[in-house]
Amino acid sequence: MFKKKLYMVLSLVMLAAFVLSACGGGEAPAEEVAVEAPAEEAPAAEEAEAETEEEEVAEEAPANPGLAMDAAAVAMQFWSDDLYEESIIFMDTEPINPDAPVYLQSLLDNKVDTSQYKMEPPFDICFSNAGVNNQWRVTGYVTMREQVEQLRAEGLVGNFIHVDAEGSDEKQITDISDLVAGGQCDVLIISPNTSEALTPAVEQACEVLPTVVFDRGVLTDCPTTFLKTIGGYAFGYDGAKFIVDNLPDGGNVLALRILPGVDVLEQRWGAARKVFEEAGNISVVGVEFNDYSGPKTKTIVSDYIDRFGYIDAIWMDAGGPAVAALEAYEDLGLDFPVMVGEDQMDYLKYWKEMDVTAIAPTFPTFQWRTAVLAAVMILQGEPVDARWVLPQPHVTQENLDQYYLPDMPPLYYALSSAEDMDNWPDVWKELDTTVYKDVIE
Amino acid sequence: MTTESIPADEIKRSKLGIRIPPVYYFLVIITVGGLILDILFAKGNIISNPTILTNILIRSVALGIVAVGQTFVMIGASIDLSVAYTISLTAVMTSQLMQGDPERVPMAIILVFVIGAVIGLVNGLIVTKLNVNPFIATLGTGLIIAGILNGTFANFKGSVPKSFRALGYESLGPIPISIIILIAVVVLGWFILSWTKFGAHLYGVGGSRELGRLSGLRTSRTIIVAHIICSLTAVLSGLFIVSRLGSGAPWVGPDGIYDLESVATTVIGGTALSGGRGGVFGTLAGVLIFGVIDTVFNQLGVDTYLKTVFRGAIIILAVASYSFRSKREAA
Amino acid sequence: MTTLEKIPSRQMTGILVTIWKRVKKIPPVYLIFLVIIIGVSYLNPNFATLNGMLLFLRRASPLAILAIGQLFVVASGGFDLSQGSLVTLTVIGSALIIYNNEENSYIAIMILLGIGIIIGLVNGVVVSYLKVPSLIATLGMLLLVKGGGLYWTGGAPKGYLTENWRYFGRGFIENVPVFGRFPVAVIVFLIVVVIMTILFHKTNLGKQILAIGDNPRASQLSGVKVKLIRIIAFLISAFLSVVAGVMIGGYGGTSILAGEGLEMQSVSAVVIGGALLLGGKGSVPEVAIGGLTLEAIFSLLNLLGLPKPYRDAVQGLIIIGAVAYAAITSKRRD
Repeated sequence: MFKKKLYMVLSLVMLAAFVLSACGGGEAPAEEVAVEAPAEEAPAAEEAEAETEEEEVAEEAPANPGLAMDAAAVAMQFWSDDLYEESIIFMDTEPINPDAPVYLQSLLDNKVDTSQYKMEPPFDICFSNAGVNNQWRVTGYVTMREQVEQLRAEGLVGNFIHVDAEGSDEKQITDISDLVAGGQCDVLIISPNTSEALTPAVEQACEVLPTVVFDRGVLTDCPTTFLKTIGGYAFGYDGAKFIVDNLPDGGNVLALRILPGVDVLEQRWGAARKVFEEAGNISVVGVEFNDYSGPKTKTIVSDYIDRFGYIDAIWMDAGGPAVAALEAYEDLGLDFPVMVGEDQMDYLKYWKEMDVTAIAPTFPTFQWRTAVLAAVMILQGEPVDARWVLPQPHVTQENLDQYYLPDMPPLYYALSSAEDMDNWPDVWKELDTTVYKDVIE
Repeated sequence: MTTESIPADEIKRSKLGIRIPPVYYFLVIITVGGLILDILFAKGNIISNPTILTNILIRSVALGIVAVGQTFVMIGASIDLSVAYTISLTAVMTSQLMQGDPERVPMAIILVFVIGAVIGLVNGLIVTKLNVNPFIATLGTGLIIAGILNGTFANFKGSVPKSFRALGYESLGPIPISIIILIAVVVLGWFILSWTKFGAHLYGVGGSRELGRLSGLRTSRTIIVAHIICSLTAVLSGLFIVSRLGSGAPWVGPDGIYDLESVATTVIGGTALSGGRGGVFGTLAGVLIFGVIDTVFNQLGVDTYLKTVFRGAIIILAVASYSFRSKREAA
Repeated sequence: MTTLEKIPSRQMTGILVTIWKRVKKIPPVYLIFLVIIIGVSYLNPNFATLNGMLLFLRRASPLAILAIGQLFVVASGGFDLSQGSLVTLTVIGSALIIYNNEENSYIAIMILLGIGIIIGLVNGVVVSYLKVPSLIATLGMLLLVKGGGLYWTGGAPKGYLTENWRYFGRGFIENVPVFGRFPVAVIVFLIVVVIMTILFHKTNLGKQILAIGDNPRASQLSGVKVKLIRIIAFLISAFLSVVAGVMIGGYGGTSILAGEGLEMQSVSAVVIGGALLLGGKGSVPEVAIGGLTLEAIFSLLNLLGLPKPYRDAVQGLIIIGAVAYAAITSKRRD
């Protein structure tokens, strides 16, 4: 009786271990076999095209892929060669309105007429937010609310109804439906949680209201304007290029990612991966998910240093825990690696004080205030770009002093470009998201 | 988990099942309170707007379906923490299998239900045959599913066809299909629990596994079937979510916190963690409370952090309102 | 050696049998830990050095401390799911109180320990007096602490964690004989293990905790103050969560996700450490080793080159296996 159970445990464990090793070895796991056969039978025409594109990315394994490259293929639905090429061009493009402040500059002239939306202020603005669940979004949200306060003082904005989807697609879809049905909005700003899932909800909103989409996109061009800085491809390319340039003789790279499957992050990693592959002498020894957590990052980096003796460079798809990665080197008494972080203040501080060979590609938080300004422009009948591409500066050794602000809190993102605002810098020292009022009488 | 037997009249009462669970007082209080706040501070936006009212129900569909399944396992004195990842697996597999092609819909649906049944079977077997505490067993299977899913996600892609999205967006007459499905699942759950032999056995086994065994019930089989039912509701919930989202992603389950929220709404609804008592109507009320809170807090523009606090307090207070008179020690 | 030859073969088997019996009495977690450590050391020779072990202990000790706290609750028959959120609260709350001023560091730790004690007290009272099952009570507390903490800080930690605050998780004592430099975290860990071992195994409290986990009614009849003991168990768990929070924040720095998911890991560590869920059996040193084992398993899987998602899956398999093993062996004894 007892033996039978022991066998059951053992066989279960073995079965599972088998499945795991099959997956880990890069072979198709059982489920995949079952599902791929039908997939090949009748792919829709456009999908066939997409597939060939994707295979290029996923399977053109170069002579020197790192150990972990196979396991870390870019999720295919997020990659586009055209957008990648375009992003790299954008990085060297001069804005069409260079005299405007950076958060109002545009790299691509495609104005649409908005005179049909023109109305008398004050405007009631609604905002469906994917979440305030990470520090990038906290900085962005505070910057946005301060912009609203300024516009309120000018008499341009009345209510600003903020609805937080707490990182759930499902909740955001219903939230948008509520906002559209509620009839309190003159314009709707949406920061989608994910692109594909939110598309129908955004389409529904477009029929009723002028809409502004920013940060992540949606798969429809119905919004009045879709604005963001150049985006994920440029972010990934920027950091990876820096590593390649600083390791002329090649070396080991550890790629740290926060989670799989989010389009902007997949694009960052996809672009970096492409750069590393093309360099030829870069070996990506690991692609790890750190859940955006400092302690986990430090543990992962220590483990990799243990395993390979030294890691020459660290690339991150989101630089939140960058300092934890560098501390792993500091605590072991090792020289710092070539480092790719983000414009978070604790990283800039560490970089400045410890003199690291580093770069910070950015996804600037100033786009949050641009979204509000765009909403107001639309209701004033001013033309806006249908696809508004904002510049995406990066922090390098040369301009570090410009962006490093010792008084700011550790998790403040430098590229908020809020220096010209009324409450600068006190509000950003506090970064308190809970003090704002939606409805004013 | 418990050694007390269930009094005969209680079984009889739960057999009738239509007795109004006390959680409905909570639901009414919170709804009325919410609506008053809404009228005072948000110009009565909720009450005056049929779409927002309907959306309270639509918000509850995904959680409601899986919570019905959770009610089954919890009546059987078990628990299922793997549902969130079963939902993710379903969402990802469905879009992968359908590839936007309407002809593949039936095949895909059948396959994901089979996968769900297998997950439920494995959970049930580990709990009953290997005697693993269900909390750990399903935490473990959840981790395993999550690992495989996240590890292979890069190889997945696809979407569901437009026709399938009707499930999430279309209406049958004035009532959205999704609400009809939720009601159907609740009624079916109530029927199984109150009018079938299996339901009666489940209450018996959940009340006391030892007693159930002594009175000749097939305790293991009952628990296993409850686990299978629970996984199947998770699959249905996953299908609904993917019909709303258009394509599946591995984070839809954990991001919706369907594991802990389904447990929370079930206990708020009056199902005992120690098994043997409870029902799906109570669970439905628990789910609706969460839906109402979401809507009211949205309309009032209250901070999400406070909402999290409020939810935590509701969970504790609701369960305390049932349990504090109990003579048995809790642990 | 000649002595061996003199022993008749029957006696020889006798000795082997006694040795085997001894070995069988060693709790399995020690053997598992040993095997994994050997595996890790084989794959990574750095690990086998004194320095390598200390660095490993430094980062593994917070989880081990959490697991010890969890053990007190598990042994009394419950769960504490609020641990992880309390770790996060400790990190972001301290950053707020310190506000870049080194002098506030110890005040911050004191305040957080106070908050921890209050939270533990509330957990215990809700379970004991309101009779809410601990799984639900601490789940509710998880949400309360998480939401409350973020509301308190307005969503973002406002200051840096100063070096003196981080000393407990990150610092080293330099120039220690034999060791060279010795991590402070390991000292904290050893102190916690010693105190908690005494508390759990040498005092009445430990026996009473195990008794109420085994059979609350019987222990009540024999004069144990069940409610009080249960509250103390939750207090200890919450207190140690704050201690672990200080160490985790010290090790990894400011983060609003510092404690995410740790409650489940600590339950897993308790299970690997051989404690029985729903109470009645457990040992502090074994559970501490259980925590270290879980951390060592993560290292091993990484050295084997398994990507992180599969590590989750392996963790799942291991905890199911550990509990199934416990269930089967305890059944055999019956």
